[in-house]
Amino acid sequence: MRTLAKQNSTIVEPTGMDNWSPDHGHLLDVRNLNVEFRTRDGVAHAINGASFHLDRGESLAILGESGSGKSVTAQAIMGILDTPPGYVTGGEVFFRGVDLLKLPEDQRRRVRGQRIAMIFQDALSALNPVFTVGWQIAEMFRIHKGMNKSDAHSAAIKLMERVNIPAAAQRAGNFPHQFSGGMRQRVMIAMSIALDPEILIADEPTTALDVTVQAQIMELLKELQAETGMGLILITHDLGVVADVADRINVMYAGRIVESAGSRELYARPAHPYTEGLLDSIPRLDQTTGELSAIGGLPPNLTRIPAGCSFNPRCKYARDICRVDPEPPLVELGGGRSSACHFTHELLAGRLAPVAVLAENAVADPVPAAEEGINE
Amino acid sequence: MGTYILRRILQMIPVVIGTTFLIYWMVFSLGDPTVGRCGERPCPESYVARLHEEYNLDKSLPEQYVRYMGKVLQGDLGTSFNGNAVIDQLATRWPVTIRLAVIAIIFEAVIGIAAGLLAGLRRRSFWDTLVFVTTLVIISIPSFVLGSVAQMVFGVRLGWFPVTATQGTWQQLLLPGLVLGSLSMAYVARLTRNSLSENLSADYVRTARAKGMSAGRVVGVHTFRNSLIPVVTFIGADFGALMGGAIVTERIFNIPGIGGYIYHSINTKDATAVVGTITLLVLVFLVMNLIVDLLYGALDPRIAHD
Amino acid sequence: MTDPNLLSNQTSGTASDDAVTAVAEHVTTPPARPNGDDARSLGRDAWEELRRRPGFWISATLIAIMLVMAIVPNLFTFFSPQPDPAYAQLANARQPPSAQAWFGFDGQGYDIYSRTIHGARASILVGVLTTIGTIIIGGTIGLLAGFYGGWLDSVLSRTGEIFWSIPLLLGGVLFMTSFPSDLGTPYMIVVGKVVLVLTVLGWPRIARIMRSAVLQVKPLDYVQAARALGATPLQIIAKHVLPNAFAPVIVVATIDLGAYIATEATLSFLGIGLQPPTISWGIAISDASGLGLLRSAPHMLLFPSLFLSITVLAFIMLGDVVRDAFDPKAR
Repeated sequence: MRTLAKQNSTIVEPTGMDNWSPDHGHLLDVRNLNVEFRTRDGVAHAINGASFHLDRGESLAILGESGSGKSVTAQAIMGILDTPPGYVTGGEVFFRGVDLLKLPEDQRRRVRGQRIAMIFQDALSALNPVFTVGWQIAEMFRIHKGMNKSDAHSAAIKLMERVNIPAAAQRAGNFPHQFSGGMRQRVMIAMSIALDPEILIADEPTTALDVTVQAQIMELLKELQAETGMGLILITHDLGVVADVADRINVMYAGRIVESAGSRELYARPAHPYTEGLLDSIPRLDQTTGELSAIGGLPPNLTRIPAGCSFNPRCKYARDICRVDPEPPLVELGGGRSSACHFTHELLAGRLAPVAVLAENAVADPVPAAEEGINE
Repeated sequence: MGTYILRRILQMIPVVIGTTFLIYWMVFSLGDPTVGRCGERPCPESYVARLHEEYNLDKSLPEQYVRYMGKVLQGDLGTSFNGNAVIDQLATRWPVTIRLAVIAIIFEAVIGIAAGLLAGLRRRSFWDTLVFVTTLVIISIPSFVLGSVAQMVFGVRLGWFPVTATQGTWQQLLLPGLVLGSLSMAYVARLTRNSLSENLSADYVRTARAKGMSAGRVVGVHTFRNSLIPVVTFIGADFGALMGGAIVTERIFNIPGIGGYIYHSINTKDATAVVGTITLLVLVFLVMNLIVDLLYGALDPRIAHD
Repeated sequence: MTDPNLLSNQTSGTASDDAVTAVAEHVTTPPARPNGDDARSLGRDAWEELRRRPGFWISATLIAIMLVMAIVPNLFTFFSPQPDPAYAQLANARQPPSAQAWFGFDGQGYDIYSRTIHGARASILVGVLTTIGTIIIGGTIGLLAGFYGGWLDSVLSRTGEIFWSIPLLLGGVLFMTSFPSDLGTPYMIVVGKVVLVLTVLGWPRIARIMRSAVLQVKPLDYVQAARALGATPLQIIAKHVLPNAFAPVIVVATIDLGAYIATEATLSFLGIGLQPPTISWGIAISDASGLGLLRSAPHMLLFPSLFLSITVLAFIMLGDVVRDAFDPKAR
């Protein structure tokens, strides 16, 4: 283990990364990313040309239903896709001006955990059950920084204190299953910020938690971001969670970004029918009248994405052009907004009327009963 | 951990009582205890009388059992019709069987785990298929067939190994040990493979990768330990099968161990020796299971801290 | 015969819901639902899966052949040089395979081909009867334990543990020593004793599976609703529990069937299972395994060993294939 640590400290940093400055562009710039899963029953197109970027200190939310490709995006950025069956088939992921996808594995590993860190949805299964949490946090210092065991251990305890775990010194010797859900997620967070990463990706960080705990965890993430100035990518299906944390929201559907906007603008006036549907489906205190509407149908089966705009079978505005023309591209609307809909301008202007005859339960070649089993 | 150990030991007690009572009841109450104890001929009156007294056969069943267990716990496993105390017979033989078992366990652990790791790390590769097919064949060939064939091929034909192991030395016991361990080796290989490939797709392994750990460390530190927990417990719990297998292996290779003694006693119709020895083996097996459970608690923190 | 698969089921139940399996599952089969309809469609999926596997057809064919061989052995021997397995000519003893005897003659001058064919019956009979016995006893006890829970569950589970704690072969030796068979014992009694002891020691495995199948189903909302609406336990068992338990029971029972055949042969090999004049592979192998015979007549060992191993192989392979077919994750 010691030799390993030594080796690590002598490895040269990926070239170019350190010469980067914010003037050169975005901290993280994902361009036209494509990922597919080759399964026995066909190729699932999980991400189909997603492009987005993140700057220092910025909070970006990636919003979407199960199977929209949001978690896969995070895994592709981190380079932890399971291959097989997952393959990145195209695109670039520039971090500090360097395309991560082209880096050799040993250099890429230097980025992982140290410069871009990630926390996962279910901390119980994401933490190793047979090691103490202290050990798991300290591992970051031992392996990446070559610290000795006791130094790493005290550093781990400091981190646990920083994420407000009470009696950190004692609890460092406990195993993950001995913690409550919220405390476990704090452990995950402590582990991820151990080496002051420049980007933190949080994949559904609060989905598995109680509502009150959810708020605490989001609060903690916000605080940490303010302290360190790291970029934060929040992956979620829950609009409520991101409302006051995210600066900008990317909405994903069927492996594509269909709308990108500042969160205030997006909430105020969605530029894509899917976003509109998502917003309509959350209960609001300020809306005393009107009924809550859900988007009809299910996300498409990724092995058979519908022709035309992939959202068309579920879209209440869908016209022929949506079914026939190629997928509408993500178009800049000005003011940092973009949307991928043939009728964006009409929608924004409030001139778009639903097509009257819309099949009640439009289902886009739906996924069978497996749907509920999927946590993404 | 302390309460876990205590709980396991307490849970163990009814099983030990139940198992030994079952054996005692089957042999001394359900059947005729004087049958098949004196070779080919019926037992002489004097031996039947002694048997009745020795096992208190005129008393009630529970009392018989309690007195019998009292004796067993003091090391008295009965005396054969020819006057040999079973425990004395075992005393000279157990080192041979232990040697045999050690060879078998080392073989099943080393080769089984290695093959399982090879297959599990390269799922759906040539090696995976090879391990799958090989273990299927080994599991399917009953150990006495494997033993006889091995003896014929490696002993008689090729002359690589001694044909029999009448002295029970390490060198003589090598081939029999491999035969004895082969079935479990196949199970260990499969178990290791399945457990490893399951753990490799576990969330915490993904976390380890996200932490920037090297591929070697992800597998070696974050996956192996979890994967080997069921394997270690299997190897421990497998002791019972090994003892059963030892009867067969020691018969084939003419080994003067406990299994050979059981086989010899079956053949000479010395039921006292068979029953006494097997009772002891079952007790040892139960103790092994207890040790394995405790080991499991030590290896997997989720168990002991519940 | 401890099956590590049971162990692995108990110990490594970490349900991983990582995105990749999610996506993979997205396009494969939905996870099993213990609901009648879904179980049936899962069954259909599994059958589709099975049909595509050569292992399934190989093992099923082998098993079919062995079954026919056990029921009508004459079908395989009437055209052979010596169809009668009970006819011996000491002068022919130990002769190697030839046109007069396809598999050669054994130490007594019996025709090995004929005896090997007729030996299938004892093995198949023991295997099949024991499996039926364990399913009936283990299934019933498992259902009772799971369904009624409480003290009954504790008692039954503890009892199962007691029987489970006696290794199959050791228990078999012990039982057969206490209740020996001899030359005069009728065939079915000899076989019946072996079946009895294997059943008595083997049922807890099935009981465990049944019990956990019940426990999985019982807390489900619609089962609770069915109970509240007055469905009888029998109805719930038939509609919800059995479909859920079907696959694992079949898998374990099939693999165990192979193990029981192997154990019977082992007992016979040790001289306390089946007894002559019963024809059995175990006895034949035992007769062939004297050192002198290994040198002078290896064919005596070869043929019954081959048949025995292939039979055990067929059942274990079938169990393996069925398990994979019912397990979407293994695909």
